[in-house]
Amino acid sequence: MSDGNAPDLDALKGSALKAIAGADDLAALDRVRVDYLGKSGRLTAQLKALGTLPKDERPAAGQAINRAKSELQAAVDVRKADLERVALEARLATERVDVTLPGRGQQIGAAHPVTRTLERIEQLFANAGFGVEEGPEVEDDYHNFEALNIPAHHPARAMHDTFYFPDGRLLRTHTSPVQIRVMEHRQPPFRVIAPGRVYRCDSDLTHTPMFHQVEGFLVDEQATFADLKGVLYDFLRNFFEDEALKLRFRPSYFPFTEPSAEVDVQCVKCGGAGCRVCKQSGWLEVLGCGMIHPAVLGHVGIDAERWLGYAFGMGVERLAMLRYGIDDIRLYFENDLRFLRQFA
Amino acid sequence: MRFSEAWLREWVDPPLDTQALADQLSLSGLEVDAVEPAAPAFTGVVVGHVQAVAPHPDAEKLRVCQVDTGDGEPVGIVCGAANVAAGQRVPVATVGARLPGDFKIKRAKLRGVESHGMICSAAELGLAESADGIMVLPGDAPVGEDLRAWMALDDHCIELDLTPDRADCLSVAGVARDVGVLNRVDVRAPSISPVPPAIEAALPVELAAPAACPRYLCRVVRGVDASAPTPLWMQERLRRSGVRPLSIAVDVTNYVLLELGQPMHAFDLARIDGGIQVRMAQEGEALSLLNGETATLRVDTLVIADAKKALALAGVMGGADSAVGSDTRDILLESAFFAPAAVAGKARSYGLHTDSSHRFERGVDPTGCAGAMERATALLLAVAGGEPGPVVEAAAEDQLPAPRQIQLRRRRIGQVLGLGLEDAAVEDILDRLGVALTATEDGWRATPPAGRFDLQLEVDLIAELGRVHGYDRIPVTHARSAATTRAPLEMAYDAARSRRLLLDRGWFEAVTYSFVSPELQRLVDPQVEPLALANPLSAELSVMRTSLWPGLLHALRQNLARQQSRVRLFEAGLRFRPDGDALHQEPMLAGVAVGPVLPEQWSASTRDTDFFDVKADVEALLRAAGCADAVSCLPAVHPALHPGQCARLERDGASVGWLGAIHPSLAAALDLPVTVQLFELATDTLGGAPRPAFTALSKFPSIRRDLAIVVDAGVPFEAVRATVRAAAGDLLRDLVLFDVYVGEKIDSGRKSMALGLILQDVSQTLTDDDVAAVVDRVLAALRRDAGAELRA
Repeated sequence: MSDGNAPDLDALKGSALKAIAGADDLAALDRVRVDYLGKSGRLTAQLKALGTLPKDERPAAGQAINRAKSELQAAVDVRKADLERVALEARLATERVDVTLPGRGQQIGAAHPVTRTLERIEQLFANAGFGVEEGPEVEDDYHNFEALNIPAHHPARAMHDTFYFPDGRLLRTHTSPVQIRVMEHRQPPFRVIAPGRVYRCDSDLTHTPMFHQVEGFLVDEQATFADLKGVLYDFLRNFFEDEALKLRFRPSYFPFTEPSAEVDVQCVKCGGAGCRVCKQSGWLEVLGCGMIHPAVLGHVGIDAERWLGYAFGMGVERLAMLRYGIDDIRLYFENDLRFLRQFA
Repeated sequence: MRFSEAWLREWVDPPLDTQALADQLSLSGLEVDAVEPAAPAFTGVVVGHVQAVAPHPDAEKLRVCQVDTGDGEPVGIVCGAANVAAGQRVPVATVGARLPGDFKIKRAKLRGVESHGMICSAAELGLAESADGIMVLPGDAPVGEDLRAWMALDDHCIELDLTPDRADCLSVAGVARDVGVLNRVDVRAPSISPVPPAIEAALPVELAAPAACPRYLCRVVRGVDASAPTPLWMQERLRRSGVRPLSIAVDVTNYVLLELGQPMHAFDLARIDGGIQVRMAQEGEALSLLNGETATLRVDTLVIADAKKALALAGVMGGADSAVGSDTRDILLESAFFAPAAVAGKARSYGLHTDSSHRFERGVDPTGCAGAMERATALLLAVAGGEPGPVVEAAAEDQLPAPRQIQLRRRRIGQVLGLGLEDAAVEDILDRLGVALTATEDGWRATPPAGRFDLQLEVDLIAELGRVHGYDRIPVTHARSAATTRAPLEMAYDAARSRRLLLDRGWFEAVTYSFVSPELQRLVDPQVEPLALANPLSAELSVMRTSLWPGLLHALRQNLARQQSRVRLFEAGLRFRPDGDALHQEPMLAGVAVGPVLPEQWSASTRDTDFFDVKADVEALLRAAGCADAVSCLPAVHPALHPGQCARLERDGASVGWLGAIHPSLAAALDLPVTVQLFELATDTLGGAPRPAFTALSKFPSIRRDLAIVVDAGVPFEAVRATVRAAAGDLLRDLVLFDVYVGEKIDSGRKSMALGLILQDVSQTLTDDDVAAVVDRVLAALRRDAGAELRA
């Protein structure tokens, strides 16, 4: 009997393995499993038929069947894992998205280049200990001119094309009146910057009737022109992110400072070689500064013997133009979205 | 101030080339605006002698000239100028010459006659804008000499853009002094010696306004040939200084003005009745001026007058009646000092600005009148002949600027400049500047030169030391300041935070002009009369905005016109609201939006931005400022906003801002879509919210109960919320409104609201009974206060 049984079992196992390999989905595989290993499967039937064997053959035959059963179960498991992996891969393939599609929802807007620049300037001076103060834009003659040592008919007034109101008030022509307003109500020492809008009655290719300035000033018992140079070197080198940026201080005149200077930076476009931006000079004028004039301190009742101060003022549009390569000042106030979008 | 480099170098000649000299001037505070060649490039032009002039055989307007150009044999040149005449010395462009504009002279035949070159006009040589005929050179011009060399045309015109304090440099003498100081080289001034009077003729002078004119010099010169041609060298210096030569009397006064900085005037003596009076004008007095206009004078104006009438606007412009003409024989020269304070602004008030007024307003050396008078007399006599009378000087010594004595402390120099200067360096610089010094214990007593009106205080001298020593040689230092730093309060309104919030929510920042068109302003805010500028640039920019909306709506409209369909702009800035005599300048944050709520994209539904989209942004702003819970949003009416979609934001009963859809009439007037949404916040009102205060987190679960209620359509959600909150009490953690429905199954005039109540206790888990009790209380309150019923 055993001689006849063994080939039967081998044949059965062979056909089972073939059927397992041939099952190409999980359902087919399960059918194969039931067919051979199920309660009334063919291998199970052989187990059940063991009783018909002679007693001494039963253990060996039983072992052979059980071994075959384990082998087949293992083959089913392997095949099942394979089929499951393939099925998962197929499903995942259908769930693939185009990751290059843009994200959904609101998009960010963009800051105005002038306020973007203003914020940067404020930040740089905040790091140096300067606080921010603001003042009115409709000013009186006293704060805009008189207290700054610019009396009526002073030739310097001709340099300020002033917008007036019928009652004699005016639109501030610079942020310097904030100096006066701060000094009127605070005791030195202090260091302050005053950003804001200023107005000049002038409009052409290179002028707009409104623009922005940042005024900065410090009053202390010790303050020198050399210190002023230090503050401006730090600021401009940080602003233009160039630790080796060259500066040039040229003597100039402002009624409210003495000595006064205009400050040029080496052209940030050509590095000083000469180009269209610097009109071939290699230098760009970026701010005015000086030691606060004793008459200005006198106007606000600060003892000019004891206290010294320096002040500086810069045009924000100009700095933004140099920083971002904007070539037309009028673009700032047209608020064209195509322009604004560039400063996100 | 424009001058010839060669002229300056006659006074002072530092070892610097033109560019180095210009750079040095700029870096010393005398900013060089331009350096231009005195004449454009040309070659091959020589002095020629016209020996004969004959008519052209075939052309009525042409002449055939025989011109000696120094080669021995005269050459034939055809010339079309009417003023060419035998015996003249003229500039001749020889064959092979190149004239300005790269115009090459070749041998040519003009109507059959050969021409060996061209006789040039001043315009053809680039020496004048236009010319009536050929340029006629002086009779002593050396025939055959290269014209460029002989006229010294390889010179530069240097244009200075002087600051108003440096009137002392409005002359060659003044610039020369500064150049001398900067280079430590000596200045060679031309020697001026008094011209002795040849006759006794003189006019008496009365100083009737001595404060305005404390010194007046005049001198009669008789028998002058006023038609004598101005010498070429003087014409050239005037031309290179940007002054057009006119006639000898005027040219001499202009020359002295440019050379010494002293404005002068020449009168026709025959037109003066009696003596000279320097007085204030009579109100309404008429004076016809040299420029052809007639000024109606005011009493605040200083005039030069004779016994009967005003002759000149003092320090500004002469009168037409007393002007020197070509037939004038006798001249009165004037050299005076007018006080800056007296003349400042006067020229401008008459619409005038002259070289004289420019200088007198800024300050002319009060001690320079006499030297200038002698210089002018000598120059005039040398050219136009005549016999001078004595110089008549009237002076009010007590009214003249007194020499100032300034204490200069050694210690103070370092305190201001942050620079240690040796005494010798201080003394050298100030001495060269003409400042007289006496040593004192702690420094010097200094007397600046009379012409330096800018040197009034110790710090002015210190500034000069810094300037001459060189700003670049002042060290760069980093001093510690005793000033404390002041940081903003935590709960102060943070403008930067608001800006970032809007940027991150898809808004773009605009900056619009603070002045707007009155029409637009009236449409947006008709109830407020805006502050109008007295001198606007244009009507479009003539009134101060009382709201940021006009500017933003204008920008919105411009963008729509540029094919932008989705526009969201915000701006931060002041508005200007007149209130009686007061003016409120209030910081505002405002926005306008139109178009789809999201930018066009592949996977989101598009819908126009509406009231609630913008409200969400406003709520976010209030939330970020910490005051969202303190601000209520109430239905209200604003002329710019849709009456049914308009809210006023209030905090403690005061207005904080507005929010709404554009009023359809305003939209129509501005040709804008009706879907425009607007908001405006007075940011001063947003600060000072209480800072966050921690409350302990509950350990117990929360429970949510949803209620769908039906109320009258007019019942605001705010009322429902207030009722729910009051009735639910402490257990209510949160209240969500998750649906509002009007339509089928709801009676008309009613609406359904779906509310989610989230309940939680801090000390125990809520039981069903606890929750049911709260819900019952809420429903009862809603029935009572809001007429609500549970939705079936």
